Amino acid sequence: MNASVASMNIALVGNPNCGKTALFNRLTGGRQKVANYAGVTVERKEGKFNTPQGKSIHVLDLPGTYSLTPSSPDEAITRDVCMGRIDEVGLPDIIVCVADATNLRLHLRFVLELQQLGRPMILALNLMDEAGRRGIKIDSQALSRELNMPVVETIAVQRQGAEALAKQLDLPVPTSGSVTRHADLHQRVREVMAIAVTVPEYSDSRADKLDRIVLHPVLGLMILAVVMFLMFQAVFSWAVPLQDGVSAAIGWLSSAVSSLLPAGPLESLVSKGLFAGLGTVMEFLPQILILFLFILMLEESGYLPRAAFLLDRFMFAAGLTGRSFIPMLSSFACAIPGIMATRSIQDPRDRLTTIMVAPLMTCSARLPVYTLLIGAFIPRVEVMKLFNLQGLVLFALYMAGILSALLVSYVIKKTRKDKSEHALLMELPRYRWPNPRDIAMGLWERTIIFMRRVTGIILSLTVILWFLSSYPAPPDGATLPAIDYSFAGRIGHFMEPLFSPIGFNWQICIALIPGLAAREVAVAALATVYAISGGDDAAAQALSPLIAAQWSIPTALSLLVWYVYAPQCLSTLAVIKRETNSWKQVFISTGYLFALAYFASFATYQLARMWL
Amino acid sequence: MLLSELALGQTASVVSVEDAYPADAIAQRLRDLGFVSGELLKVRAVGPLGAEPILVKIASSQFALRLNEAARIRIALASSP
Repeated sequence: MNASVASMNIALVGNPNCGKTALFNRLTGGRQKVANYAGVTVERKEGKFNTPQGKSIHVLDLPGTYSLTPSSPDEAITRDVCMGRIDEVGLPDIIVCVADATNLRLHLRFVLELQQLGRPMILALNLMDEAGRRGIKIDSQALSRELNMPVVETIAVQRQGAEALAKQLDLPVPTSGSVTRHADLHQRVREVMAIAVTVPEYSDSRADKLDRIVLHPVLGLMILAVVMFLMFQAVFSWAVPLQDGVSAAIGWLSSAVSSLLPAGPLESLVSKGLFAGLGTVMEFLPQILILFLFILMLEESGYLPRAAFLLDRFMFAAGLTGRSFIPMLSSFACAIPGIMATRSIQDPRDRLTTIMVAPLMTCSARLPVYTLLIGAFIPRVEVMKLFNLQGLVLFALYMAGILSALLVSYVIKKTRKDKSEHALLMELPRYRWPNPRDIAMGLWERTIIFMRRVTGIILSLTVILWFLSSYPAPPDGATLPAIDYSFAGRIGHFMEPLFSPIGFNWQICIALIPGLAAREVAVAALATVYAISGGDDAAAQALSPLIAAQWSIPTALSLLVWYVYAPQCLSTLAVIKRETNSWKQVFISTGYLFALAYFASFATYQLARMWL
Repeated sequence: MLLSELALGQTASVVSVEDAYPADAIAQRLRDLGFVSGELLKVRAVGPLGAEPILVKIASSQFALRLNEAARIRIALASSP
């Protein structure tokens, strides 16, 4: 085999919901890499695999699209890559068009449209197992003849499901041949279907029955409410044993490591800076993972677009679109993937509004703050023998974020000048069982992102904070706690007058600063501040009873409300800049959230002081 | 008759998709998605508020359309059930 054929670039292209990403995962396993196309905000997913004969295949997973007439930046990228207009990835040697075998009537039109580009193509008939179950008979040879391109059958969810495609890639590159121009692609699809495909009289009664319930105007909304409520209860209760485990492990590691070090600045940095900070944040990994697990499963099962269908009219009334539901739900995990997911919203106005309000969805980084404060100030009592009061308060905080988002988007809608039509036009995919493999890969991706944040930004901030709160050391004969003399203490005291109307003491003021970079650091910062001001190692592990004793309830409530709106973390601001390509939007977003946060906390603090 | 007027559960066939204004991208997308003359379709569900959006089954796909999108699609009631 010579070098020129030992490696090859292919691109996976297809309609949304054709199982393309599952096929990509199947082909590449863990060997994939996600980046962005230069200058635009479209995800570039690449991977590698080897064919049975050892040919090295570089594969590009292009955004799903219905047509080469793009209606979003994602679809434009797919078209441009297929036409070789994107230098950084070059022209693919072969375009592998993935089509859902159960939905060829729609997907073949795009295959024919792509073919008119005159590039070598392979058609991968995906979901062949599902087609078989539905009694759809496809004569691949006839299909291949009619379309004048190789056709392989794939089942992305099975181990051997992509073998036929890998084998096909060992064969010589298919010639594009002469392309017959069809004036009416839909008519041509009907002709091809008549020759090669037998579709039984449509009867997918199980899915139909399910849809009658899930999309029912009343039942459907109730189901949605239950699903959402369960999700948040799970995050708050199922994660507890795992969190205890993580916390115990870090505590053990901390004491093991610091016992090896001589007492002094280094030991102090390691136990009070590194482990106190890192430990408090790592403890929330289980919650974040459970949240992502729910979102991934809802997404994979096909439920999320149905939720978007149910909510579209409500969201439209509030100045959003049903499509905003998925980015906003992702924002509950983290605003960054949420804001990135707005790329699937075609209308630029809807997209911008969604970006503006996505940070109001309570991201998982705020959970540490909520958990700490709820644990310290809200009693763990049962309400109506069914719910836990702590869970209910958490639910209320999430609702406050959601309602504020709707209010803000409504204001944006009313003040916008361009009032021309917004489109929905959304396909509802079939239901499917979430594939454990794809879920696991999705979770793994998110864990890596979280860990990177923890080890990168968060860790360095925690260390900087430790330095600020440890130096300069108190003078001889000092009467106040050591931290009062430190840089951090001075900064905190300096900020205090601005924040005392909303009930924040100077320790909270210090924690707010690193909280700007990453919200979850606020807790780590409090741990660091109190560990050092208390001069007691145990304080880091026992922050909750400590603040319960020192803060008033209005202060705690005010801080909870502050974090509903909280100034966004720097990474969110960076992603808004990247996605909107405008500093103006970044300033607007930061400004309005800060104002909302201050106002809401002020109201909460003052009212709570009057009533409690 | 327009698709926006089709009752839940009724079957109809597409006559045409009409541009609401010149170079109507929404109408073009509807045609790309298979809303072309002769295709059978059916309204399978309607949203909880104002019966909007509607869920339209066409060929083996389902699309959620708002009423002003559906109003671009001219249909004829199918004679057979």
